[in-house]
Amino acid sequence: MSISVLQGGLQSTVQNLGRYGYTHFGISASGAGDQLSLRIGNLLVGNPDSFSGLEMTLIGGKYQFNADAFIALSGSEFHVNLDGDPFPFHNCIYIRKGQILYIGGTKNGARCYLSVRGGFDVPKYLSGTTTHVMSGLGGFKGRPLQKGDELKIGSLENVSQPINIKQTLEIDYHILRITNGLQSGYYDDNAWESFTTQSYTVSENSSRMGVRLQGEPIRSKKGNEILTEGIPLGAIQIPGGGEPIISFVEHQTTGGYPKMANVITADMCKVGQLKPGDLFKFQRVTIEEAEKLRLKQESYIQKLKNGHD
Amino acid sequence: MVKFGETISKNLHQQVFSFTQYLIDHPSVDIINIHPAYSSVMVSLDNNASLSRVSEYLQIVLTKVIDIEYPKPRIVEVPVMYGGENGPDLKRVADHTGLTPVEVIKRHSDGDYLVYFIGFSIGFPYLGGMDESISTTRLEVPRKYVSAGSIGIAGNQTGIYPMSSPGGWNLIGRTPLSIFNAEKPEESPVKMGDKVRFRPIDETEFDALAENQ
Repeated sequence: MSISVLQGGLQSTVQNLGRYGYTHFGISASGAGDQLSLRIGNLLVGNPDSFSGLEMTLIGGKYQFNADAFIALSGSEFHVNLDGDPFPFHNCIYIRKGQILYIGGTKNGARCYLSVRGGFDVPKYLSGTTTHVMSGLGGFKGRPLQKGDELKIGSLENVSQPINIKQTLEIDYHILRITNGLQSGYYDDNAWESFTTQSYTVSENSSRMGVRLQGEPIRSKKGNEILTEGIPLGAIQIPGGGEPIISFVEHQTTGGYPKMANVITADMCKVGQLKPGDLFKFQRVTIEEAEKLRLKQESYIQKLKNGHD
Repeated sequence: MVKFGETISKNLHQQVFSFTQYLIDHPSVDIINIHPAYSSVMVSLDNNASLSRVSEYLQIVLTKVIDIEYPKPRIVEVPVMYGGENGPDLKRVADHTGLTPVEVIKRHSDGDYLVYFIGFSIGFPYLGGMDESISTTRLEVPRKYVSAGSIGIAGNQTGIYPMSSPGGWNLIGRTPLSIFNAEKPEESPVKMGDKVRFRPIDETEFDALAENQ
């Protein structure tokens, strides 16, 4: 059972919820950029939410199924057709052997996910199967899919009933909520005012490693370098130029730029949908609010798992 | 984040090393990733981690690591071809420090460097012990692409890029050696706690060594 890649898309990679336990060798977790969408996609086809799916960025690609399969698309809506016919998002659909799924450009956000019942079967690298693109490791040969690749579909051993989604989560993609970073004190009231009121533009130079932003420079009152220390996922670093970088799924494990703030866990799914040219603002919340928002998102997933949303 | 201090010192490194090693040897369900650095260890937590349980555990680990004996460092020789297209920022470092490029190379390859930790990107060793007279600030705008094996300077730190990646360090040279074993990171030629010795080489030797890799 496999899928033939007729066109690879812009950056289509096999991703799950990350590879853990190797940051002390400089290997960040990686995983899907929008893990919420990947989890929903998995549940739609009856997979455990941690299974591997295909993450497609900006342009999806063209895929032929070499076996019957149940599939679902989640995340941002891309232009899609199955053998030329319209194809819905957020539904578990039966595909027949030989059918061709064409996934074109995006209608809104950066990433769309293809989940197949059984998941994708790729070799394990260290503790996981997710692709780390910057390192060229994991997933399908450590790289985005290309024309001619054959991607194996996994076994149906651990799957359960597909679910229906009646209600999707309301997500405001124009606001990224943040908590204080480890060096939040490096910035005075003026800097914070500028940081939380201006509209940032997502730069072309963004990747799965970091999302670079363009805007009015933020000035530190204590310098632009710190003694190198650990960087968490979602940390917002301010290099000397004053334009923030959000550390993303393939982020550096340590670094020497001050960390002004951190995107909250519940909003990391939004970072995964940012594409060059998008505009958004930062909004400060407390750690307690961040935790509440995370639990709210988690309870939505749990309800989906239990079959009543 | 557990901070042992705010400076780069062998004493702090030994505490970081022992603390990190203990966490690796005694996995906790709450801790999914460990990020050692010069004088701190950051841990990434599982979404379901209990903050109070983690901080209690880290306190206990702190008391245990005092008794761990620090191993004698291994010496690892790393051949480097300095300057040219392999070290496009050698001139920037020379201008910044007021030294000649030859003097920068001499000071960089003189002496042993302690591998304080592996971090930043896959297999990247942070080396300490650089002569401070060749300290140079990071690039204001990081490069999008740095070749594998490149040797860089950032502030008073120096390091080796084990894989091609973006980076903001001043590049002064390049080694043909593969310093990291991606399949078995535990068996890499250069590891946390080792001592690295740079040896300047010419193009002929660089090419010969590169062929053997």
